[in-house]
Amino acid sequence: MKYGILMHEPHDDVGVAVMDLTAGSEVGAATLEGQPVGTLTLAEDIPLGHKVALRDLTAGHKVLEYGRPIGAATQDIVRGAHVHVHNLKTLRWSK
Amino acid sequence: MTLPDIPLFAYRRPNGKIGIRNHVVILPVDDISNAAAEGVARLIRGTIALPHPYGRLQFGPDLDLTFRTLIGAGRNPNVAAVVVIGIEPNWTAKIVAGIAETGKPAAGFSIERAGDLKTIEAAARKAQEFVQYATELQRQPVAFAEMTFSTKCGESDTTSGLASNPTVGRAFERLEAAGATLIFGETTEVTGAEDKIAEQCATPEVRAEFLRLFQAYQDFVNSVDADLLGSQPTQGNIRGGLTTIEEKALGNVEKMGRCTIRSVLQPAEEPKGPGLHFMDSSSAAAEMVTLCLAAGSVAHFFTTGQGNVIGNPLLPVIKLSANPLTVATMSEHIDVDLTGLLRFEINLDQAADLALHMLARTINGRLTAAETLRHDEFVLTKLYRSA
Repeated sequence: MKYGILMHEPHDDVGVAVMDLTAGSEVGAATLEGQPVGTLTLAEDIPLGHKVALRDLTAGHKVLEYGRPIGAATQDIVRGAHVHVHNLKTLRWSK
Repeated sequence: MTLPDIPLFAYRRPNGKIGIRNHVVILPVDDISNAAAEGVARLIRGTIALPHPYGRLQFGPDLDLTFRTLIGAGRNPNVAAVVVIGIEPNWTAKIVAGIAETGKPAAGFSIERAGDLKTIEAAARKAQEFVQYATELQRQPVAFAEMTFSTKCGESDTTSGLASNPTVGRAFERLEAAGATLIFGETTEVTGAEDKIAEQCATPEVRAEFLRLFQAYQDFVNSVDADLLGSQPTQGNIRGGLTTIEEKALGNVEKMGRCTIRSVLQPAEEPKGPGLHFMDSSSAAAEMVTLCLAAGSVAHFFTTGQGNVIGNPLLPVIKLSANPLTVATMSEHIDVDLTGLLRFEINLDQAADLALHMLARTINGRLTAAETLRHDEFVLTKLYRSA
C-alpha cells in the first residue's frame, strides 16, 4: 500500500484515512490523481474515512477541505491528530 | 474521456421519449385505493402497484405536488401503460389525462358506486390488455443523448465526497457533453456549498432562482425554530467520519462535476432541455429519487458511503460505493465497486468508465442490485399537513 491518506486538494488542512491507521505510524498522503502530498506521523488512531490534520491548526482556524472551509477548530489541533466532532464545529446554523 | 462504445437498446414511447424499463403500473390516486390497486397487481402478471399514504384532503401547492408526482410517475418513459384507481372519478380522470398526454395507454377506474371487487375486475381486464400490449413492444437502438439521468448520495461519508461523488461528476460531464439531460438537487444538503452551485449556474437568472430557493429553505428551518444540526450530518454520516454540514455539502456537490446548471426545477418538474438541472428537493433518499422519477429520469446514480439500501419501483437505482467496509459487508446492494480509487489503483477517469459501463448495461436491461432485492420505495414528498 503506497498511501494511507487521500486529499481532495493538495493544500487542504485535512486528509482522509483510506484504511484504519494506527497511532505512531508514518503514512503518505496523495490526491485522487496520485499527486503525492508528503508524509506524516499519526498522533492518534484514525479510523477508515475519518480525517487527520496535515498541519498544526490553532483554535478558531477555518479548516480547509475541498479547498474551502468546512468549519472552525474548537481547540488547537496538532499535525497527525484525528479531526472530528470533538474539535471541529460548523460555521452554519449556529444558534 | 468518452462514453462506453456499447450499443444501447431501449423503449421508444409514443411521444419520442426513451425508457429503459417497460412497466405496466397500477397507480392509486389516494391511500384508500391502495387495496384495489394491489388487488389488480396480484391478479395480473407483469403489473406493479404503487401504494402510497396520501391523496386525500390535500390542498394548494402540497396537492399540486402530489398530482405532479403521480402524473409524472405515470408519464415516465420507463412506464409502458398505466391503470389509475381512485375513490372518486374527478381526481382519477385528472391523473389519467395528465398521463395520456404522452400518448401511452392510460385508463381510470373509481371505486364509489362499484366497490373494490367490481373495480378490481374491471381494472384487471384493462391491466391484462395493457400487459399484452407492453410485452409486444421491442427494444430499439437509442443514444445516451435521448435520455434523462439523475443522481443523489445517501448515508454519505468522507469516501462519498472524495471518491464516489467525483466519479459521478466525471460521468455527468461526459453525459452533458453527449447531450443527455441530467438532474441533481437536495436543497438542504448543499448548505456550505451554495456558492459553488451558484458559480456553475448558466445565467444570472438561474443563479438568482437557485439562491432564492436556497434562502427560502434556510428561512423555513429558522421559522420552525428547528436545529438541523441534530440531523445534518446524520448519525450515519458522523460514524463514517463526516463532521459538519459544510463538509457534507462540499462532498455532495462533487456529483455535478464541472457541468453547467441550465435551470432550477420545482419538485417533480420535468426539465425542458438537455444539460444539468437543479431540482428543489429533500435529501431524504426515497423522496428525492421518487421526485426524479416524476421528472422523467430513467436511471439514477446513487452513491453511498456507509450503505444506503434505497431503490425505486420504476427508476433503476445504480448503487456506487468507494468504502471498502461497505462493499465487503453489503455487497448485495452495490452495483459499482469504486474501492480501487482508495487504493490508488484506478484514477477518476477509470472510475467514471466503470460507472458509465454499468449505466449502459442497466439501460440494456441488467437489473440493478436494488431492483433484484425488491427495493420498491415509492415515497411522496408532503409539503405540509392536510385539511
